[in-house]
Amino acid sequence: MIAPLLEIKNLHVGFDIYGGHLKVLDGVTFAVGKGAKVGLVGETGCGKTTTMKSVMRILPIPPGRLTEGEIFFKESDLLRVNLKKVRGVKGKGISMIFQDPTAALNPVFTIGRQLMDVVKYSKGAGENQAKDTIKDRAINALKDVSMPDPERIMENYPIQLSGGMRQRVCIAMALVTGSELLIADEPTTSLDVTIQDQVLRLLGNLVEEKRNSTILITHSLGIVREWTDRVYVMYAGSMVEAAPTKGLFSNPLHPYTQGLMKAVPKLTGEGIAEGVPGRIPNYLNPPSGCRFHPRCPHVMRICEQERPPFFNAGSDHQVACFLYKE
Amino acid sequence: MRLGVFLLKRLLHSIFVLLGLSILIFIIARVMPGDPARLALGPRAPEWAVQRVRESMYLDKPLYAQYYYWLKDALHGDFGESLVTRRDVATDIKEFLPATMELVLFSGVIMAVFGILLGAISARYSNTWIDNVVRIGSYAGVVTPSFVFAVLFLLIFGYVLHILPSIGRISSGVARPPVITGLITIDGLFTGHFAAVLDALKHLIMPGVALALGGMSQEARITRSSMSDNLRKDYIAAERAQGIPERVINLKYLLKPSLIPTVSILGLDFAALLANAFLVELIFNWPGMSRYGINGMLRKDLNAIIAVIMVMGLVFIVVNILVDLIVAFLDPRIRLGAERSK
Repeated sequence: MIAPLLEIKNLHVGFDIYGGHLKVLDGVTFAVGKGAKVGLVGETGCGKTTTMKSVMRILPIPPGRLTEGEIFFKESDLLRVNLKKVRGVKGKGISMIFQDPTAALNPVFTIGRQLMDVVKYSKGAGENQAKDTIKDRAINALKDVSMPDPERIMENYPIQLSGGMRQRVCIAMALVTGSELLIADEPTTSLDVTIQDQVLRLLGNLVEEKRNSTILITHSLGIVREWTDRVYVMYAGSMVEAAPTKGLFSNPLHPYTQGLMKAVPKLTGEGIAEGVPGRIPNYLNPPSGCRFHPRCPHVMRICEQERPPFFNAGSDHQVACFLYKE
Repeated sequence: MRLGVFLLKRLLHSIFVLLGLSILIFIIARVMPGDPARLALGPRAPEWAVQRVRESMYLDKPLYAQYYYWLKDALHGDFGESLVTRRDVATDIKEFLPATMELVLFSGVIMAVFGILLGAISARYSNTWIDNVVRIGSYAGVVTPSFVFAVLFLLIFGYVLHILPSIGRISSGVARPPVITGLITIDGLFTGHFAAVLDALKHLIMPGVALALGGMSQEARITRSSMSDNLRKDYIAAERAQGIPERVINLKYLLKPSLIPTVSILGLDFAALLANAFLVELIFNWPGMSRYGINGMLRKDLNAIIAVIMVMGLVFIVVNILVDLIVAFLDPRIRLGAERSK
């Protein structure tokens, strides 16, 4: 297997709060190959965004605290090199689209100003590009995301745009530097349902065209199925299942994944979907052993005592559950 | 054009504010006990002379008629005669206002510049000893009245250390620059009287800083809190994620939105400067409006009281229009919102 573009190994991240330490990420292991489209699913609060913020080194520290683990992008360990070097990786190497485009754009600067600064300060592009070149690249980036009248949009402030347009601006910002890896953190959650599809289609086409590797974080299994070629399922701070998208949907193995699948409402009118009973655990005092065991329908004694490692279950299909221990 | 409309609106608005202020202060000044004519002429003046002064000021007429006569004259630029100085109130104010303006503007600059600077440093080094010093210091600054600082400075730098002049605007041996604006430092700079500028600045330091400390502390606290709030915003994370250098983020993307609340408060802090200047001027024997105003109030010098208050109201309005302009410049949400509602 070729070396992956991004590899996260056994990442532990916590938050120091009044009254204790929240152990949020509990050994996240994750890899994205070159050109791969990877989905990351899991319910709210399971640590998807925290993982990605750790990769980008934008986790607020304190209260955040990295206790263990490594993150490799190509050959460099992002957690060990200094911030200056990380800046070289950001933008040019990895870029990110945030959940809420309204919050992710600075309200007091024009779209053009913000977009041009991203171009200007992206490493590798040369920090002394001519002003016109920078502007052209910014306008082209807006054209790429099918913005009507990009010259005018450049002069606009975020409040003058609709939510869908703002997210397209964010996509333009993430892609303008030609980054190799794009992290899209629930890029459509805050948009109207009608716009969601439009934005996703656009993102899909662009990624296809520019051949970026992509990590798509989402709650929506439908989007994952349509979009990705490999899926990681995350629960309470660690990966519980990793498989090629087709394999995962035809044969979900982990009890949590199975629950997630059942949680998708169907159009057959059979009432409310089943879902996974219970809630995500308290990170201050997480359950011993497998963090899913209090909610698991197949719980065994070992689940309370030991953390399940990844077991191989079929071609390229891993699952962290003792049910699949040979 | 947009700016013109905005200014026109604000000017119209200001006229009503000034009119309201004049009615309020007119009534308050007149319902206070005491007979201004008798106070002005003294207890031994004959009754007929007192009566004549009363009539000349329309004090024998009903209140609304008095206001009508006052307003009519005021619109022609005539604010009446001071019963204390026996001169036109307008002449008096022309003489005393520049000293007050020089002090208040000097203080305002210190307040804004150092307040924002300290707040920014405090936010940048939040939860370190620097931040703690600034926070505790600014807390003390907010709660201590400016006259306390004034007396302390006077004692330390004027009386014990003898390094700063403690009284007046300029030393008696230094030639005053010719009057253009009446602000010695500005006039001196324009006309090249640098010795006078330096001397005037020395005189300004103690009263200026004493006056500024309260507002400065307020500004520092607000700047700190808005910067640390904004530091947690998604757009800062997004800018970091896009590889924009920390320096650019701090000085540009963080500073600009963070200054909006700071500048908005500046207008209010400036009003506090004007009010506190009364006591600080008294302590440093500053030849400004305070002595004139206080004397006027104690002796029921009606025309002087009203004129002093109106001038302060006017200064306050001008400052606040400026503040609104700066805020609109900083915040497109306000600028564009105003445009949309037009």
